[in-house]
Amino acid sequence: MKARVHVMLKNGVLDPQGEAVRHALGSLGFDGVEGVRQGKVIELDLAEGTTEDTVKDMCEKLLANTVIESYTIDMG
Amino acid sequence: MKAAVIVFPGSNCDRDLAVAFEKAGADVTMVWHKDTELPQGIDIVGIPGGFSFGDYLRCGAIAANSPICRSVVAHAEKGGYALGICNGFQILTETGLLPGALRRNANLKYICRPVGLRVETTDTIYTGGYDKGQEILIPIAHHDGNYYVDDAKLAELKGEERIAFTYLDNPNGSVADIAGVVSRNRRVLGMMPHPERMAEPEHGGTDGSAMFRNLMDMLATA
Repeated sequence: MKARVHVMLKNGVLDPQGEAVRHALGSLGFDGVEGVRQGKVIELDLAEGTTEDTVKDMCEKLLANTVIESYTIDMG
Repeated sequence: MKAAVIVFPGSNCDRDLAVAFEKAGADVTMVWHKDTELPQGIDIVGIPGGFSFGDYLRCGAIAANSPICRSVVAHAEKGGYALGICNGFQILTETGLLPGALRRNANLKYICRPVGLRVETTDTIYTGGYDKGQEILIPIAHHDGNYYVDDAKLAELKGEERIAFTYLDNPNGSVADIAGVVSRNRRVLGMMPHPERMAEPEHGGTDGSAMFRNLMDMLATA
């Protein structure tokens, strides 16, 4: 089974990389891009029966830094 | 004074830090990240700069979960001293021993140059050798030194005088120009600038040496 973890900087935490991407899109002529936030996706290949609670524990302990990042988990 | 310097794969300031401790008169032991225990009788643990584990996932995240770091956390929780510089600061925030987090520099560039700092508190073993408000020149060398804390935590840090150093001319976007902070018991310091790289005349300046001298003075008698 697989789980997919999305890690994003929390709202309110400035994302300089997202800002740079927004500027680059603007200079390519894409108008109307009002904001870009860049995050990461972590795919986990898990033993059958691994619970979402266990994945949540992984996020809290390692995969995300909850001081500045939030995460969401998609199971299966 | 007995010091331990932790060595992770990717550390590159470990020997510089060991030399700075030794020049101040400390007895230094290098400790590999897979060791589970610090040597007996260690007064202070140095967590050096570098790129531990290639900065994979987040700077300091993997190192913070290495076997030796459990021992470092236990050492600090018992009231032991710990000094984290650059990647060491990132690791200390990842362990939770220090508040906040280090983000990518606001200008997205790796910055390597001497910067001016102001000593904001002298009420720590690390900064007691400086004058309050003293301006010193110390190099930075980082891509992810943009310190973040939320407003509530910032107010707490200010109220408890836990901001050790600020930048005179903020190079990286850090909240409130913060370059270094101490723990609530004032025994754990994390800072992005490298005092160990400005500790001998051959380095081009000696503004960092007062930190190591003061550590030695205070811990030699402890």
